[in-house]
Amino acid sequence: MDEHRSSIELRLPSRLGFEKVAMNTAASVARLMGFADDRVEDLKTAIAEACINAMEHGNKLDETLSVGVILSMKSDSLEVKVLDTGTGPQGHATAPDIDKKMHEEEEPRGMGMFLIESLVDEVEWVSSPPTGSYARMVIRLQAER
Amino acid sequence: MQEKVTRVKMEEVQRDGGPITVLRFAGDITSASNAAVLGTYQGIPESIKRILLDFSGVDYLNSSGIALIIQMMIAANKNGQTIQTFGLKPHFQKVFTMVGITKYTKLHPDEASACAAFS
Repeated sequence: MDEHRSSIELRLPSRLGFEKVAMNTAASVARLMGFADDRVEDLKTAIAEACINAMEHGNKLDETLSVGVILSMKSDSLEVKVLDTGTGPQGHATAPDIDKKMHEEEEPRGMGMFLIESLVDEVEWVSSPPTGSYARMVIRLQAER
Repeated sequence: MQEKVTRVKMEEVQRDGGPITVLRFAGDITSASNAAVLGTYQGIPESIKRILLDFSGVDYLNSSGIALIIQMMIAANKNGQTIQTFGLKPHFQKVFTMVGITKYTKLHPDEASACAAFS
């Protein structure tokens, strides 16, 4: 694919449900790039969760604020940046403890970052105040895991 | 844009050992699915001890939706009810396994094997 025309950008309102626009766009791109179906599904969940985090925690569901999504195609990978106006996540993803959840010692929610880290090959959360923050994910055609 | 609605149909099926209440979900399960998931569960009498979750018609399930399923499982656990599950697409089977839900409900390939697991 032409490296000079290898980027797609979206701007989504911070309204839950619109993460599916990014999810379905990324899935179409990944299929065009030749990703296997199971990798496309991994990517869909990771992007959806990153967009939901950006809408809820970054932009506080303020619909006047956009979530940016940049898909950058490389010959062997797809990089996705999800941008919001927040300060970025505090701490890092921890694996959910289902026993604690079932015993109500841990919130049932809060699995998004864990799912993202588990499903893509590379992820980082970058905070760059005052402009905002972004999640950067990379998924490779040939999984390293 | 309106979020795709969660549809749920509650049925009772008769099997060896008594009735099983089946919740057949379709559409999306997200943070907007509280009424469909927890509201429907709350309509099941506590006397019902066997609950089957059918996810065959579910297209999109995110972490907020999974949290609602966990909340339903917490309530069922308190009421001494057993939950079996079938119909999840392979990707969501993987996600359920990753978050550990499979410790509290088994994922079955079809309705017959899920019902048989109650016995």
